[in-house]
Amino acid sequence: MHAHEPRVGEDELARVARRVRRHIVRMIAGAGSGHPGGSLSCADILVTLYFRVLRVDPRRPQWPDRDRFVLSKGHACPALYAVLAERGFFPLDELWTLRRLGSSLQGHPDMRKTPGVEASTGSLGQGLSVGLGMALAGRLDGAPWRVYVLLGDGEIQEGQVWEAAMAAAHYGVDNLTAILDWNGLQIDGPNDEVMTVRPVADKWRAFGWEVTEIDGHRFDEILEALRWARSVRGKPAIILARTVKGRGVSFMEGQVDWHGKAPSPAQAEQALAELEGEA
Amino acid sequence: MNAREATRASYGAALVELGRQDPRVVVLDADLSKSTYTSLFAREFPHRHFNMGIAEQNMMGVAAGLASAGKIPFASTFAVFATGRCFDQLRVSICYPALNVKIGASHAGITVGEDGASHQAVEDLALMCALPNMTVVVPADGPETRQAVFAAAAQAGPWYLRLGRPPVPVVTPPGYRFQVGRGCVLREGSDVAIIACGVMVAEALAAAGELDREGIRAAVVNMSTIKPLDVDLLVRMARECRAVVTAEEHSVVGGLGAAVAAVLGEEYPVPLRRVGIQDRFGQSGKPEDLMAEYGLTAAEVARAARAVISRKRPR
Repeated sequence: MHAHEPRVGEDELARVARRVRRHIVRMIAGAGSGHPGGSLSCADILVTLYFRVLRVDPRRPQWPDRDRFVLSKGHACPALYAVLAERGFFPLDELWTLRRLGSSLQGHPDMRKTPGVEASTGSLGQGLSVGLGMALAGRLDGAPWRVYVLLGDGEIQEGQVWEAAMAAAHYGVDNLTAILDWNGLQIDGPNDEVMTVRPVADKWRAFGWEVTEIDGHRFDEILEALRWARSVRGKPAIILARTVKGRGVSFMEGQVDWHGKAPSPAQAEQALAELEGEA
Repeated sequence: MNAREATRASYGAALVELGRQDPRVVVLDADLSKSTYTSLFAREFPHRHFNMGIAEQNMMGVAAGLASAGKIPFASTFAVFATGRCFDQLRVSICYPALNVKIGASHAGITVGEDGASHQAVEDLALMCALPNMTVVVPADGPETRQAVFAAAAQAGPWYLRLGRPPVPVVTPPGYRFQVGRGCVLREGSDVAIIACGVMVAEALAAAGELDREGIRAAVVNMSTIKPLDVDLLVRMARECRAVVTAEEHSVVGGLGAAVAAVLGEEYPVPLRRVGIQDRFGQSGKPEDLMAEYGLTAAEVARAARAVISRKRPR
């Protein structure tokens, strides 16, 4: 297709994902604040997108025919920054400036400051609309590129998500794929306790979307689902990716308290040691 | 008097003209395309018109996405919905990244009339002026609206165009050229400067005529760009007239009067009165009755002018 698309196997995806998780821990520990839980839960999805699926060129972040990725759950930006750096959009050293005054890596994504970031997000519920606008523009132009939007599960409690879901189906966009990082937890607790989002698949189907459900930590399933999404015609598609919040760090996994808290230096050390050892 | 035309109607007609010249122009609506006159664009360019239904927040987000991919979206709805309902979308999705989205906000102010307070935006300028990167323009008449639409398309970044429901007289002079960030002196005067926007420009001109019969020479400025404000012109008018009245169909909180007061307070303090809605909601009624009820008349502008003149400091 084009020269800059790396073809890496699942072993290499796993190695990149492990590095990305280490970056996430180091970045957030260094900044003293941030959102490790939801960054770790979507890391495998982002690595798969940027290393196997998205047609992007790190040397030309504004290449007009690039695929677009919108991180609607903007608080997971440490994962996005780490993946962009690994992919070559900017030097890895910049990762350690996260959340500092004057940094290109803001606490939530700023498309004007960070090469490769396609939308400014952070106030939940807005990214699917932005992605739909991109998809409509691409369709108007007969452009080859596609749009991917990553949503959080708590985020779909926002009404605007369903406005966008309705409109995407109304306009029959099939160059738009949504992915739900379904880790089941939000700041105040489990989705089911805070505000039930189930039945998730039925809701999206009722809104006119094609739906599939996968394990969001298995590269083969993520890849297969993204292939499936590209094959859907005449309607938008969503991948419901079952994930584990804090994935990869034993004491963060499934723990709601790690939504928006930085690890202490000792905790970071332990987390990095675990991520070193993981296969 | 020249033919009266609603600024929303000029907006709709200008978009068609603009759409013929620039294929990047697309238009979004939220089920009000007949009221915003963007149905004209929809008829000529059905593939470049997106009715997003009664879902304004999504409309603004979609506009942001279209802009980020190179389109020039004009998103249209009533001013109350365009600003209050979508404030966070305008803030984060559009203004923060300074995306090239143009907001065409019709039915602004109390001249909406009978629909009442829920549909009368009296605080939209306050909201829009508070957003970094936003350009805020209130065209006074049809010809200025047409030019403002073209100017908006020619300049990158988010714009808020405040449009009205009822037909209004033409107040800009023949050959007038709209320039963003520049006020226009419609009438010279040395005793008091009346700084007005939108429908209040016509009232200001009528007030100046009334004052003239009393021997008071009132200057009238059409300050159609609220942000960025024409500071140089404001200071010049304050220096020459030493008394200033502002006039707007908007709350005195956060609109033209507040912006003028802030600039003059810092740069050239003179006696000042703000004619506008005095921190109240609107209500149902005929537009002309509401204008009288809320003190948005030539007589009120003239009264404010006499008041500031009486407070002038000797040279």
